[in-house]
Amino acid sequence: MLSLYRKIFTTGVLTEDVPRPPLEPEVEAVGVQLKAAIDRRFAGSLAIRQVDAGSCNGCELEIHALNNVYYDIERFGVHFVASPRHADVLLVTGPVSRHMEAALRRTYEAAADPKWVIAAGDCAACGGEFGVSYASCGAVSNVIPVHAVIPGCPPAPAELLRGILGLF
Amino acid sequence: MHLAAVLQEQGIVVRPLQPSPLAPAELLEIDAFDWGRAAELAQPVGWRWVAAWAEDEGERLSVSACLEKHGGYTVLRTRVDSGHPALPSQAAYYVAADRPERHMQDLFGIRFSGHPDGRRWTRHQAWGEGSFPLRKAYPLAGTPPEQTPPDSGYPFLKAQGHGVYEIPVGPVHAGIIEPGHFRFQAVGEMVLNLEERLGYVHKGIEKLAEGRTPEALARLAGRVSGDTAVGHAFAACQAMERAAGIEAPARAAFIRGILAERERVANHLWDLGAICNDVGFAFANYQFGRLRELWLRDNLALFGHRLLMDRVVPGGAAVDVDGEGIKRMRASIAFLRRELDELLPILDANSSLEDRLLGAGVLSAEDAAALGALGFVGRASGQRFDVRHDAPYAPYDRFPVKVPLEEQGDVASRFWVRYKEIRVALRLLERLLEELPAGALTVPWQAPPAGAEGLGMVEGWRGEILCFVRFGADGAIGRYYPRDPSTVNWPALEKLIHGNIVPDFPVCNKSVNGSYSGQDL
Ligand code: SF4
Repeated sequence: MLSLYRKIFTTGVLTEDVPRPPLEPEVEAVGVQLKAAIDRRFAGSLAIRQVDAGSCNGCELEIHALNNVYYDIERFGVHFVASPRHADVLLVTGPVSRHMEAALRRTYEAAADPKWVIAAGDCAACGGEFGVSYASCGAVSNVIPVHAVIPGCPPAPAELLRGILGLF
Repeated sequence: MHLAAVLQEQGIVVRPLQPSPLAPAELLEIDAFDWGRAAELAQPVGWRWVAAWAEDEGERLSVSACLEKHGGYTVLRTRVDSGHPALPSQAAYYVAADRPERHMQDLFGIRFSGHPDGRRWTRHQAWGEGSFPLRKAYPLAGTPPEQTPPDSGYPFLKAQGHGVYEIPVGPVHAGIIEPGHFRFQAVGEMVLNLEERLGYVHKGIEKLAEGRTPEALARLAGRVSGDTAVGHAFAACQAMERAAGIEAPARAAFIRGILAERERVANHLWDLGAICNDVGFAFANYQFGRLRELWLRDNLALFGHRLLMDRVVPGGAAVDVDGEGIKRMRASIAFLRRELDELLPILDANSSLEDRLLGAGVLSAEDAAALGALGFVGRASGQRFDVRHDAPYAPYDRFPVKVPLEEQGDVASRFWVRYKEIRVALRLLERLLEELPAGALTVPWQAPPAGAEGLGMVEGWRGEILCFVRFGADGAIGRYYPRDPSTVNWPALEKLIHGNIVPDFPVCNKSVNGSYSGQDL
């Protein structure tokens, strides 16, 4: 047990600052606005439901990383929730496979208004490596309305964070 | 004994192709009516069923099945009439053949007589009953309806009796995870039966590959399963290079090995944390998550991509490592080893962790062998097979690879096999760095003649990845079939969950961690 506590204390607090890309001072401004928006419109807490609509799973791995100790996205008031009914935002990845099309529509319908959709990753943005085919609808916007897009294959956690900040 | 001899002894006419176009695998052609019987004869003498794929040759469809014994691969091939393609099923003798045959049925329209389960598998509602997307005449764009209807009406197995109830889960799951559907029958908390319904992320990868350049195929292969970007690209490049008769330079082979081992470490770190998290031990999740993040940052600094996509290319590797990079990697290997040394006694001494992992989700050695379970799932149930060890390829043909083994077959065994595999990978990384040969990173690509084919086999972090490639005209890809180890391991989850309690499903599932995208294709 002691070794456990020692590990916790010697590891210390690793949380890093919100990524501030040196060439994009406006991101910081958006970040401040978002914080204000979350505080004002969501009582300080924004709930995200992630939906994999056909991804290769690369995007999911980086979204998961947002919850690791380095990014710790919860400190900005952003939470990943288990049900679309609890969500303000759907974070959708993948080209929408035709087999996931109905499930994505239903998930969208299940989220209460007002709601926002972020398409995360090149596949979600434009179909990416998979495009449109007999098996794939391509971009998320071909299936449900999209309010923001985060490019990248996959977008790194810092890019995801910036993309979410950019929604408002 | 060669498979050809086994079959011939029983009166099956075998036509070996010599030299084998699929070398190092042997290629045997047999008659269609012997197809099922060949499996019946191979199974009892210890041949493992690896994969099967079909090809549209116009008038006829060819079907190939790959078997393995003691590291030797043999491909059986037969042909059927395109108009009424029918073949005796091999699934009656090999569980592993069940879903791949249904996949061929849905995408090529081949009927497998005597198949124990004729239900559709990869086909949900995106294309019609009588159209087959992997036939050449079927357009890539298909003829999709305005909206694809949901996959309702799939005839799931039913359980009846006093107190039996059913739990449907998915395709949209509660966490940040790929989509699929699970159907449980339970009594109280106990799982009577679990049935998987996959195919939700079918993206038409095999069809998309047709007509691509070798570089573009390597890019697609890196996205078959995002956590296996290196493994699938490695297998695809190996298959294409064998078809083209070229070999990546020694330095590139070592770089590929380094990338593959780095991928193994990153994924195992993540899952070790996630397994602990699923039984409520958040401390380990944060620690392993921290180590994984540092490892991924090193990937970015050393190779320019956190998940190492697009670093393995046809003819070699797209990245190199210099003196500074080697120093940095050595330091991070030493650091990770120290950290693991510190975490090990903490995990070991945690009795509540032991309570939840020991004896949960047992896959017996017999079941693992019958299913042909691969990677850490097989090795935690006493199946030692590892391509790096049993059918070594560059760079693993230079030194022996240690293969950690556990016998219990439970979640704890899968946890510890992975933990040990990280240690082995770290040692391998050091050796690859020590002996990194000088020289070029790529050889010039030479387009093979139309019809050239190649088979790649590499040990991905989940286990054996098999990849078939055939070239068409103008050096473009004519056919691509990647077999992720998940295709074989998913049925293991259905087996090992029997008799466990529903709340233990997440940790059992995580300990197997099948890829959805890799099996759905
Ligand atoms: S954007 Fe890239 S990582 Fe994300 S799902 Fe598509 S291929 Fe995978």
